[in-house]
Amino acid sequence: MRRFLSLALLCFLLLGATLTAQAQTDTANNSGSDNTGANDSAALELLEALDVESYTAKGEAITAILQSDDERARDWLQALLDGRLQRTEDGRFVLVLENRGRDWPVADVLTGEALGEMSRRDLERIGINNNLRNQLRSAIAVVDLYSPNVERRRTSAERLLGEVDGELVPTLDDLIEQEEDEQVRYRLTQAVAIYRAEAGEMAGVEALDGSLHPRSRVALSRAANSDDPIVANAAAASLAGIEQQLKLNRGLETLYFGLSLGSVLVLAAIGLAITFGVMGVINMAHGELMMLGAYTTWAMQQLLPGQPGLALILSIPAGFMVAALAGVAIERGVIQFLKGRPLETLLATFGISLILQQLVRTVISPLNRTVITPEWMSGSLVVNDALSLTLNRMVVLGFALVVFAGLMLIMRRTRLGLEVRAVTQNRAMARSMGIRATRVDIMTFALGSGVAGLAGVALSQLTNVGPNLGQNYIIDSFMVVVFGGVGNLWGTLVAGLSLGVINQVLEPWAGAVLAKIIVLVFIILFIQKRPRGLFPQKGRAAEG
Amino acid sequence: MSLTTESSTNFWLTRPFSERSTQIFLGVLLAALALVTLLHVAVPPGNPLHVGAYTVNLFGKYLSYALLAVAVDLVWGYLGILSLGHGAFFAIGGYAMGMYLMRQIGDRGTYGHPVLPDFMVFLNWDSLPWFWHGFDMAWFAFAMVLLAPGLLALVFGFLAFRSRVTGVYLSIITQALTFALMLAFFRNEMGFGGNNGLTDFREIVGFDLRSDATRLGLFLATGVALALGYILCRAIVTSKLGRVSVATRDAEARTRFLGYRVERFQLFVFVVSAMLAGLAGALYVPQVGIINPSEFSPIFSIEIVLWVALGGRATLYGAVIGAILVNYAKTIFTGVMPDAWLFALGAMFVLVTVFLPKGVAGLFRYLKRRKREDQTTDPDHQHTSKEASA
Repeated sequence: MRRFLSLALLCFLLLGATLTAQAQTDTANNSGSDNTGANDSAALELLEALDVESYTAKGEAITAILQSDDERARDWLQALLDGRLQRTEDGRFVLVLENRGRDWPVADVLTGEALGEMSRRDLERIGINNNLRNQLRSAIAVVDLYSPNVERRRTSAERLLGEVDGELVPTLDDLIEQEEDEQVRYRLTQAVAIYRAEAGEMAGVEALDGSLHPRSRVALSRAANSDDPIVANAAAASLAGIEQQLKLNRGLETLYFGLSLGSVLVLAAIGLAITFGVMGVINMAHGELMMLGAYTTWAMQQLLPGQPGLALILSIPAGFMVAALAGVAIERGVIQFLKGRPLETLLATFGISLILQQLVRTVISPLNRTVITPEWMSGSLVVNDALSLTLNRMVVLGFALVVFAGLMLIMRRTRLGLEVRAVTQNRAMARSMGIRATRVDIMTFALGSGVAGLAGVALSQLTNVGPNLGQNYIIDSFMVVVFGGVGNLWGTLVAGLSLGVINQVLEPWAGAVLAKIIVLVFIILFIQKRPRGLFPQKGRAAEG
Repeated sequence: MSLTTESSTNFWLTRPFSERSTQIFLGVLLAALALVTLLHVAVPPGNPLHVGAYTVNLFGKYLSYALLAVAVDLVWGYLGILSLGHGAFFAIGGYAMGMYLMRQIGDRGTYGHPVLPDFMVFLNWDSLPWFWHGFDMAWFAFAMVLLAPGLLALVFGFLAFRSRVTGVYLSIITQALTFALMLAFFRNEMGFGGNNGLTDFREIVGFDLRSDATRLGLFLATGVALALGYILCRAIVTSKLGRVSVATRDAEARTRFLGYRVERFQLFVFVVSAMLAGLAGALYVPQVGIINPSEFSPIFSIEIVLWVALGGRATLYGAVIGAILVNYAKTIFTGVMPDAWLFALGAMFVLVTVFLPKGVAGLFRYLKRRKREDQTTDPDHQHTSKEASA
């Protein structure tokens, strides 16, 4: 009894969840319907119409319920079909939650509120006949298709793919005639076509030609086994064409994921390219500066609860500042004493990275923190049935390009960039021309670290934010810098994106781990061949 | 590092013994081995001076780390190559030993399969992978302990040194090497026990690994291996070959122009070092009773470098001091306050590189020189050590 109740409750909740989700969009769309009082009296009227003697009138009442935009309509019809829509002696409509035993638990039809148990003798069932039963069955399948709300019709039509049976086809054909929305009509046609193709009808096979939906392929491969050779051949030909299309789309998807991974690598490596490439400083704590950026995002979201989007935007300057300040502290505190000793710098900054990691573990938590993805970044851009591009990755990709462009501008067009390049090429000469080399060092390191912070902010949208966040990226980032050619920002961009794509291309047939190993071995071998990377520095800077 | 003193003997292997530092080091090491043995065997348990089996085991572990540190010091101190991947050679040597120990289990495993180790039975493999063959024979396995890391170092070093990959680049690709190996060994398909590695060992060449006597024996064997490894390294660095290495470290281009095939010297020293690291790994595994892919982790490799830096680079004995000091500190810290260990380790990295670039050994020598300068106003410092950084 109890188990059944909880089961029923669960079903109810599940249904309720989808319905309330739709209801929310409804209220957003037609602002008039939030008046629940008026709504309830209208609903009551609809229900009253059901309690009549004539089955024809009942049928009309069912249609009326279908055409109303009430989100509870599906429940009512389902209950009516199951014989659970009943009336109490004082004329109230109730849903019987469980009709076994003598006393039945019931709930109010309009509010869904549980009314306790009632004796079965006090309840009167609203009867239906077989005709009505059939009407109800197909109606429930398509109940949302009658809704005036476009979104709801779209989801409902999508749900119908592969679920159509013969009885439904005439109804759907009618609906297709009446439908105004392009997308809904497309889906409905597809749903009918799937039914027809599976039934071995030529029309269905023809209609499915070029459709990329997995369900269409199932239908076509069934049709390809049909007894009619003409239909089978047509289906097989369609399938081959679709496979071709799918291959293309899969290629595009791999490319997208590769570029996305590459953009993350570029973000992680580009700060390193500045400190390592331009200053010759090996900063093993670079990953931990990224971690600081990611934690800044988390902290910002804690400060601004309920506004993840705003917090994320504010995190961009904040993450930059936090990481840049930490970078300046590292430069002043440690690196300046190790000038000209890159291997020692590597060891010291590795020590710093250990301290920073442990600091986060002790102060915040060794566990991962959740960073919320704002609404405008979640979801995906659906290109077709086989290809959808997740929005957060797209934003990060764009962000990486913007950061890259900004850095290029700074290095090429500003006084700071000029001074940095001068100091890189010939420190003594630059100093004698009046450039304050120490200040340039600090600024460069702050810039490189700040970019690491930006990378952290972006990463917080893609991966877990935890103390190990930086560690996971440090080796990859070094690989990107070395692969691209030290001291060359373009090289970093090309290397990062291409390594990302290579990794994703290898993944399907080698597996994630093996793909990574292959890429590492590839870089190790590549460095043997071209020790200075893809784009080696030329001229005097190369001799350093 | 008395490169300036031409030694009296001519035979390269006896030359190290004429050096003061070698004599002191070997003396201290042998005394320590004897003392621990004595305190373990002769002093009854319960006496505060008694050294328990656990402690003997721990010391044995430290000694194998010390051998590893000596191997790293050979390439970093005398060749100027900062290898961030020596943990890989250590782990490969360890895996070679582990495979031998696995085969020694025979049919006493949980599944009782006569040939296949437990994890292969668990993975439903029906036959031994080809590279597991031969490891049931001790001589073969012990040869592989040296040959497998040596071969990897040979191939890797040949490629790297031939194309003159040096400095930071070399460090980064050695790190990538060990990282790639770690990922590879984590895979079950590799046939090395995946995540869990190799464990559950029972006996080594017929001795029960759980008995105290075997533990003492392993401790002593590690001590002897350390002594021999030390002598070998000292012999190398005091030979002409060693001097060319140091010249390469300090001015690679100049050495090359003097007519030396720099890459050959680099390759030789690198391979020797890798084999020593493999030996250290092989001695480590039976004492800790497990080998798993975490030994490949880049952090471990970089930690080894810290031992050497802390002890004092390019001294060999400094590496031993550093390895024992840091690992002793690790044992204490992780026991008393585990959270603080990473802080301490990180701080050590920073403080040693900034304030103690020549390590503890450098501190000794500095104090000694000051003392001598106080006694005699001899202006001639015989050590104009030019430990120029790479």
